[in-house]
Amino acid sequence: MNKAKKDFDPKRNYEETRKAIGYVTRKQATQADYDRIGFKSGLEVHQQLKTAEKLFCHCPSGIYHDHDDYDAELIRHMRPTLSELGEYDGTALMEFKTRKEIVYRVKNETTCTYEVDDTPPFPVNKEALEISIVISLLSRLNIVGEVHVTRKQYLDGSIPTGFQRTAIIGVEGDIPLRHKKVRLIQLSLEEDSCREISDVGHTRVFKTDRLGMPLIETVTYPDMVNPEEVKEACDYIRFLNRSTGMVRIGSGAGRQDVNVSCEGGTRVEIKGVSHTRWIPELTHNESFRQYALLRIRSMLNERIPEPKEWEMNYERLDFHNFSFEYAPMKFAANSNYTFMAMNLPQFKGVLSHFTQPCKTFADDFTDRLKVIACIEKPNMTSSEALEAVISDHDMEKIKKLLGAGEDDAQIIFWGPEDDMKTALETIEERARMAFEGVPRETRKSFEDGTTVFERVLPGADRMYPDTDTAPIPLDKHYIEELRNDLPQDVIDRYHQLKKWNVPEDTYTYIFKRNHYPLIEKIINELKFDPIFTGTFFGHRLKYVEGHYTPSAEFDYSLIYDLFKFLKDNKLEKELAAKMLPVIYEHPKMDFDSVLNTINFKRLSRDEIISKIPFLHQKFDSIRHSEKPENETAWIMGQLRRTATGNIPLNELHTLIEEQKS
Amino acid sequence: MGDDIFQGYKGHALETLKKYNVRVWGQTEVDTTRGKFYGTVLPRSENDDDKHIVMKIETGYNIGLDVETITGMKETGYKKANYKIPEQEFPYSKDKPNVKLFGTGGTIASRLDYRTGAVIPAFSPGELYGAVPELADVCNLTTEKLFAVFSENMGPEQYKKLAVAIGKEIENGIEGIIIGHGTDTLHHTGAALTFMVQNPPVPIVLVGSQRSSDRPSSDAALNLIHAAKAAGHSDIAEVMVSMFGPTSDEYGLLHKGTRVRKMHSSYRSTFRTIGDTPLAMIDRDNIRHIKKDYNHRRKDHKVKILPYFDDRVTMLYYYPGMKPDTLDSLVDAGYKGIVFVGTGLGHVNKELYPAIERAQKKGVHMYMTLQTIWGYVHMFVYDTGRDMMAKGIIPAGNMLPEVAFIKLGWALGQTDDPEEVKKLMLTPINDEITPREPYNGYLVFQGGIPEVEDFIKRVHK
Repeated sequence: MNKAKKDFDPKRNYEETRKAIGYVTRKQATQADYDRIGFKSGLEVHQQLKTAEKLFCHCPSGIYHDHDDYDAELIRHMRPTLSELGEYDGTALMEFKTRKEIVYRVKNETTCTYEVDDTPPFPVNKEALEISIVISLLSRLNIVGEVHVTRKQYLDGSIPTGFQRTAIIGVEGDIPLRHKKVRLIQLSLEEDSCREISDVGHTRVFKTDRLGMPLIETVTYPDMVNPEEVKEACDYIRFLNRSTGMVRIGSGAGRQDVNVSCEGGTRVEIKGVSHTRWIPELTHNESFRQYALLRIRSMLNERIPEPKEWEMNYERLDFHNFSFEYAPMKFAANSNYTFMAMNLPQFKGVLSHFTQPCKTFADDFTDRLKVIACIEKPNMTSSEALEAVISDHDMEKIKKLLGAGEDDAQIIFWGPEDDMKTALETIEERARMAFEGVPRETRKSFEDGTTVFERVLPGADRMYPDTDTAPIPLDKHYIEELRNDLPQDVIDRYHQLKKWNVPEDTYTYIFKRNHYPLIEKIINELKFDPIFTGTFFGHRLKYVEGHYTPSAEFDYSLIYDLFKFLKDNKLEKELAAKMLPVIYEHPKMDFDSVLNTINFKRLSRDEIISKIPFLHQKFDSIRHSEKPENETAWIMGQLRRTATGNIPLNELHTLIEEQKS
Repeated sequence: MGDDIFQGYKGHALETLKKYNVRVWGQTEVDTTRGKFYGTVLPRSENDDDKHIVMKIETGYNIGLDVETITGMKETGYKKANYKIPEQEFPYSKDKPNVKLFGTGGTIASRLDYRTGAVIPAFSPGELYGAVPELADVCNLTTEKLFAVFSENMGPEQYKKLAVAIGKEIENGIEGIIIGHGTDTLHHTGAALTFMVQNPPVPIVLVGSQRSSDRPSSDAALNLIHAAKAAGHSDIAEVMVSMFGPTSDEYGLLHKGTRVRKMHSSYRSTFRTIGDTPLAMIDRDNIRHIKKDYNHRRKDHKVKILPYFDDRVTMLYYYPGMKPDTLDSLVDAGYKGIVFVGTGLGHVNKELYPAIERAQKKGVHMYMTLQTIWGYVHMFVYDTGRDMMAKGIIPAGNMLPEVAFIKLGWALGQTDDPEEVKKLMLTPINDEITPREPYNGYLVFQGGIPEVEDFIKRVHK
């Protein structure tokens, strides 16, 4: 029997269970893999709107402060209330359990009494309402007749009222992807939340600069069937938003929550994904995590036919009776924390079951202990830790104390005595959920593509009509006026770029920065070559933006001016690439000075051509090679600097070739 | 009303519902010129227009549909919301004080009222326990709903009923009283009860909330916990108001019913003691006395109930250029008592003099209070003041205007004799006039000044 114990290796179990669920990396995965596990995903894409003021008050929008830059602090505690339909929301009850003290850091410049819930809302920002209608129309949504502000409960403290004021603008729309249509559930206009400064133990600190800024949320149906599609849909929505030119760009201005499930799993929401490029890895891992949890469920159901009769037991541990050497446990002992051990009958092989790359089922417990019981990590270990931190001898003692059987698993956890009751409940609750499958939750994302538990997933039960605001009717004529003035669809622009043969690797940048209208204008009005114009933006401008810093605000319309300048002065387009870095760095410099800066001299075409014969002779005298193309290349090299801008380089090339021999 | 299947709808909207045979709470498919919509039809607030139908869509949000755009509706199901705060029996324990909560209509715990779109209070001990379970750690609570009116509808009749009800409870040996109340006129009721319920043996605590209890960040629960603590455990046997100290969820303040005033339309920390310091700070665990001098709790069940009020009393808020006919018309309308709210030290313009003389001749009882809120009426400083006193206006010291109004109504409810009335008015029952104003009785900090900003940054707002 003792030998059997030794034979169980958590690491090996992790590897074996990973294989058992058929986990493959994203690179290896094919559509067949996603079909096998029933990958399904939907999006909630958030986008800040470019308005001068916030949504429900007259504070300036878009001004941010450092963590320590504040004028006052205030404290709130959140308490669950009933929804309109008379239900308590699960998330709300969870947050109440955590007994968090919420501290708000307030800066007078960006926060008034509205944000901290000491003044009722002012009438909604009309500018924001209009932008949200424009984007709803672009998203082919059915626009509501009357906008009703609803309170969506958030008890995590991210909004001092305890709810977000949000309103539906349109429902039931769709966006076209390259190969399919993705249906949209709705678009809402809402106020942005606070930014978190810290969350340690029972204190969570927020700042209120971003709070109340207008934001829209576009929600899709779960129509995406593989990770790349999710990213494509997300990019499309972001590009669509940006095509209006009325939304904010830059860090944090666009964020998305990604909903994922696998066949038989549950909709899990991965919150606050700030880059679309993270989406594929996150959704891939989440679908497999759910698949792993389903395997755990069937394992447990097989072992325990009557989950109701399944019971765990626990014991307090006296630190001094053991020889714990693990530093966090010693620290806990020094802090007078309580140590407890819990026995989970029949859970052997479950705690070290693979869930995500480098993560096991045991991580679900430690994450929940942190979030719900407010015990900082590391807060536990288990009989199946991948890296054992308790000696075999101590582990045996604990098992004996618990009366544990051979097929059981144990969790050893520690924390302040006051948090132990919640900790016990939390562990038991999570263990019982394992019999059900995938818990409904929101998860926080990490750059490596893994996630941790964040909250219980809220439902429709957290909605409540806002009794402080009157409904806003949307007049027919107003909507039609806006509809007649919409920018072109992103998908049409996509097709146009393709028709122009603009290389596809430029599209993301072009749509992200909403350069299409400018490109179109340059092509149509100034008659520049589309491929040249497209790549000038998609490659050259992108490069310059990444490598130079403007001394004043660089307005993209300067690029139109640049092209017009070249055309008016009969200068060749190649010059644009050389001029751009200077213009970008010094947006206020006039174009003639820019030409001086790059040492450009105006030469006539004949003057340049007249040098060719001489260079041919020169090449003859210095040549190292017989290859004729080398001669042309060498002569081009000699002339390029003076020729650029004065004569098309391809024409020069032809002329050199012609004059050969 | 219970069977109102078109609750709140009227005009075009009502016609549309009837035309398509759709009820409130009906799950409905709607075709419109703006596309298709699905949801549950909700009741509509009576004050909203008749051009829209409200629906809750599946995601929980509400939207309105323009009836003009509706081309078809089909009810596919029916689901009525059952809005109820979970009720649990309030636990009784022998070692906890018995406290009575009188309800007047404030929003301690509340639910949505579709008729007005506003919130209406939930109230039974079971409901309160369901919403604020911490109350059971503080006291044994029983409740009685005396009336269900909003604060602005509280008046003399309610004051008298409350006073009588409080008297009965005290006779029956209650150990503390809480009165749930809307905040707008909380301080009027505080003053009225101070005069009508004299020398009580137990604390009488008025409480309300600035943010209705249907919001997660409401101050209602904490205010109620503080009030229960004050009523059940404090040694201060006076009529008090218990409301937030700072806007933070940190501590409450106990204010004397005669010196407290609502000073901000929406802040949580709106109630302030004027011209003095509050009685005490209070939180879940402690009561920290600020004023050392107060009426102590007693074991007896004795109290003097004086439920009198003559409502022919009014207030006149003076403004520059006020015409005498404003005063004349009040006198002609039969008002017996007028509280002037004068400028500066207690002044009105000369133009009013004839009207004041006329009022005096008609036996109107006139008292002077201050727009400045802080400070004393000083009518000897300028001639105008002396003139007015000669014409029968009596300075009311540092009595707050609202308190003077309540007290004059209460006094006139007992006697018409000018001397008797004057004696009642100027003899303080509980500090409505104080002999001195402490230096920290007037503190209105000016934002922007460095030391004030420094202070604000250091303490929680």
